[in-house]
Amino acid sequence: MIWLDTLIQGLLLGGLYALFAAGLSLVFGIMRLVNLAHGDLIVLGAYLILGIGTALGLNPFVAALIALPLMFLLGWLLQTVLLNRVLGDDILPPLLVTFGLSVVIQNALLEQFTADSRRLPVGPIEAKSLAFGSVSVGVMPLITFASAILVILCLNWIFYRTAIGRAFRATSDDSVTAQLMGIRPRRVFALATGIALVVATIAALYLGARANFDPSIGPARLLYAFEAVIIGGLGSLWGTLIGGLIIGVAQAFGAALKLEWQILAGHVAFVLILLVRPRGLFPRAHD
Amino acid sequence: MSVLLEVKDLTAHYGDFQALFGVDLALKQRETLAIIGANGAGKTTLMRAITGIARVTAGTVTLDGGRIDQLNAPDILRAGISMVPEGRRLFPSLSVEENLLIGAHARKGSGFWNKGRVCELFPVLSERRHQPSTSLSGGQQQMVAIGRALMSNPSVLLCDELSLGLAPVVIREIYAAFPTIRESGTAIIVVEQDIGQALQVADTVHCMMEGRITLSGRPDELSREAIHDAYFGITHS
Repeated sequence: MIWLDTLIQGLLLGGLYALFAAGLSLVFGIMRLVNLAHGDLIVLGAYLILGIGTALGLNPFVAALIALPLMFLLGWLLQTVLLNRVLGDDILPPLLVTFGLSVVIQNALLEQFTADSRRLPVGPIEAKSLAFGSVSVGVMPLITFASAILVILCLNWIFYRTAIGRAFRATSDDSVTAQLMGIRPRRVFALATGIALVVATIAALYLGARANFDPSIGPARLLYAFEAVIIGGLGSLWGTLIGGLIIGVAQAFGAALKLEWQILAGHVAFVLILLVRPRGLFPRAHD
Repeated sequence: MSVLLEVKDLTAHYGDFQALFGVDLALKQRETLAIIGANGAGKTTLMRAITGIARVTAGTVTLDGGRIDQLNAPDILRAGISMVPEGRRLFPSLSVEENLLIGAHARKGSGFWNKGRVCELFPVLSERRHQPSTSLSGGQQQMVAIGRALMSNPSVLLCDELSLGLAPVVIREIYAAFPTIRESGTAIIVVEQDIGQALQVADTVHCMMEGRITLSGRPDELSREAIHDAYFGITHS
């Protein structure tokens, strides 16, 4: 029974990783941009929720509702003012710029909030759990998992059922021909980054509610997110969810075997899957 | 008929390489104009310059009297010029129906062309609307590309090498749609390497060579020898 419990805990943890990864996957899928600052933007989102909650005396869930449009705006501006300038055939400039952005965000947070660990005070729900037979499941991890599914469903709906989703996919396929359809790729990219930061803010809420965070933890979140995206297949949103779940489960089983193996087990799972499926589990057929 | 699209003394470059040298042409309402020429003559560059994809370095392009040569591609589409690009360039991650709908992305209000009308023009697209665009034959893909371009209800439709890689029977089927397109009020510029096809559909023919228009006239005015010489750059001393 302990293995069933481990599996469930791993799946729930994977939900959080999928949330980390969904925004990264969206941005990569549309503009082939690997945003190395994605983890730090999640941490920034967590501090924003904390700051709004503290200043206005709001529960983090309510504070997040205020943070969501602000982070959308930040994503829009970031893409319009900075990232659109470096996007092109050469993949190196955006990598360098987002790496620089990562360093800037980390240091700005360090300056503003110090290196002390923080946590989002979500209240009594944090300790609540539901019992399913002999398996006990935390309410917060369950909400996190449900949110991950909901986010992926919403992104898929946007991507495959709306006009802007068609524009996302068309621009991703061929941005020159997309312009002949009246699409403005730079605006499409700005919208995509805005949405990606909305998803990052949702991830930030659950990150801060489930564990301590400080300005330096962004790169590790980026790594988990990146592994989830690669395992799932670049640009596949459901693949990203599966990728997150695989890393979560691998980490949970690694920790069950030996506590020190938790992080290592996730990375080993990533490498093993890449050895078998170098393009990930659900690669796009036309990539 | 009044002039709808006018290109005057147009010059375009790819970096330092000059691809067009002072090109002039005029397209009237509901007219079909054909541009013929060998590979590298500058036909596609001319189309790309008109649609804002290639950089215009001198000269003017006016549509309905308004200058469009400094606009970007999305704004030129909104002004009323739509293009069927060489090689179709359908979006592989979109279905047939989505490829048509994306053509109407910038459309404001209604017009003659919509999904239903395009499917009447090319009935096979209706049957295949849910299929991935890449699963269609070359001819059917060309129909999607034309339909997609029409969905913005353009006043000018540019068609770049429609017949490339297609069987003669399919080419005839595609060109059979031209009268309906013209009747809808859309003027057409067709770039072709297939001289016979171009002469058949066009009211006016321009022949290009090395970035310049070397011969112009109505198909019935131009002798086969003159076209042959202009096409291959043969000069008689």
